[in-house]
Amino acid sequence: MDPSLLLVPLHALAHARAGDKGNRLNVSLICYRPEFYSYLAEQVSAAAVAELFRARRPTAVKRYDLPALGAFNFVLDDVLEGGVNNSLCLDKHGKGLSFLLLSMQVRIPRKLVSPTPASREVALDATTPA
Amino acid sequence: MANTTVHIGCGAGFAQDRTDAAGPVVDTLIAAAAPAFLIFETLAERTLAQAQLRHQQPGGTGYLPAMLNFVGPVLEKCLKNGIRIIGNFGAADPLGAGRALREVMNRGGFSDRPIGVVLGDNLLERVSPEEIRHWPLEGAVQDPTVARIVAANAYLGAESIAEALDRGAQIVITGRVADPALALGPLAHHFNWEWTDWDRLAAGTLAGHFLECGAQVTGGYFADPGMKDVPGVADPGYPIAEVAADGSLVLGKAAGTGGLVSLATVKEQILYEIHDPAAYLTPDVTLDITGVQLAAVGRDRVAVRGARGLARPRQLKATVCMAGGWMGEGEISYAGPNALRRAELAIEILQARLAKLLPSLPVHFDIIGYSSVFSSSSGPRRPFPEVAGVPDARVRLATRGSDRRLVERAVAEVEALYTTGPAGGGGVRLQVTETLDTASCLIDRELAASRVELL
Repeated sequence: MDPSLLLVPLHALAHARAGDKGNRLNVSLICYRPEFYSYLAEQVSAAAVAELFRARRPTAVKRYDLPALGAFNFVLDDVLEGGVNNSLCLDKHGKGLSFLLLSMQVRIPRKLVSPTPASREVALDATTPA
Repeated sequence: MANTTVHIGCGAGFAQDRTDAAGPVVDTLIAAAAPAFLIFETLAERTLAQAQLRHQQPGGTGYLPAMLNFVGPVLEKCLKNGIRIIGNFGAADPLGAGRALREVMNRGGFSDRPIGVVLGDNLLERVSPEEIRHWPLEGAVQDPTVARIVAANAYLGAESIAEALDRGAQIVITGRVADPALALGPLAHHFNWEWTDWDRLAAGTLAGHFLECGAQVTGGYFADPGMKDVPGVADPGYPIAEVAADGSLVLGKAAGTGGLVSLATVKEQILYEIHDPAAYLTPDVTLDITGVQLAAVGRDRVAVRGARGLARPRQLKATVCMAGGWMGEGEISYAGPNALRRAELAIEILQARLAKLLPSLPVHFDIIGYSSVFSSSSGPRRPFPEVAGVPDARVRLATRGSDRRLVERAVAEVEALYTTGPAGGGGVRLQVTETLDTASCLIDRELAASRVELL
């Protein structure tokens, strides 16, 4: 791998939240910093997410891009083992599957991975007037 | 400035939500002295179906039994300060909920304050189960043509809520409505928005979308230690949206509470349960959030603008709930040396037994665990350092079926491992619960004749 790149879990670059509707899951993926967006756009493709969730046998995975929010929305069909009423899984809603997405490994330029904890970024954007 | 915006606070985001969250929201609304409304969202698909099952029993309560737990602590304050309340507590019996609240308000000296009840979502009032089972239902596990239909409800929009408020209702109780309608109703009422003013209806729907899950936009369901820390995480304040006549809004939260309103919390909630961000379908409008702009405008304050609206869908979404069967779960734990191998052996034993005794039941196995079997109530929650390898291995069996006795028979096999399974198994828990099966379809608007009754 190019020495200027670093392999990191998505968890270091973005946060996520999952929601369920029937047997369909959506997972949002939100960059901690705008500079990460293009790297995620390239690597966290619908196909890569389908591969990550292969144990749940998605029948379709679609990615919606929201550049204005620095975010993506993934919609995965038929990955909830029947959905909340019928799944035999412990987490019937699939609420924790957001962290399956965040376990994906991505390559990012070393210089972009700040030593500042991401939590500082979150706190800052709450208090900095636009 | 106070009179140019209307403030909408949220007191609950689901049926099992905290019942003490609304108090600080109401205090904040009173202090702001702007026109204000308080909404409660308490009605999941399953909650409504369970209410319908109770309502069919003689003397059973068809509305949300927790209604008074949610409303009680703030009712008097709201009524004395002109804060009107909108909640979908009605579930299977909105009129029953209205009458129960009427009694409470009469006793409290508020007999002159009208209660508005929104009716019409219950499709079983107008359509027979026979007819419904032949609708193009999607998502059910079983064949709807032979299932027992328990509930069939349309997702109503905000128009009847606004009408109830127009007619002076101080409290509005609904059954099934689209969750964001709980906020759009009071906004359309207050600002007199036209029901074809798509951009404003979209903005009001987005306001409702932010509010409808309670603390999920104010630092609840957000914390990830070291990455996304939340101050006062045990007591996040519930959200308040300050909405202007053009639909732009500022999201904040109850004063003097914990939690966090930041660009990050707002972004997580804006996409929650959204599929196509350019076309979020509601009964009132098709919402497009792709052009939404967010700006941090102060501590725990985020400004939101740019929601776009397209014409509302021609049809309404309806959810049909059918009696399901029974779900069984059984768990047993193994810890210490060779725990994982013993857990795997327990699963092999259960598989062999169930294949022989109950081959028709689907089975699912998990191995769960970190620190439980060796722990103490006063000790640290960590695996014992002297025990290398897997900390705890808790075997979980899950199964389901239409015959309760067979499901009970299956989970009993987990308890039988106490004497027949691998060495050192402990902590058995068994649970058998009734399941419901839901399906959805699109229906013509005429089938859901939304109307308001004042009590």
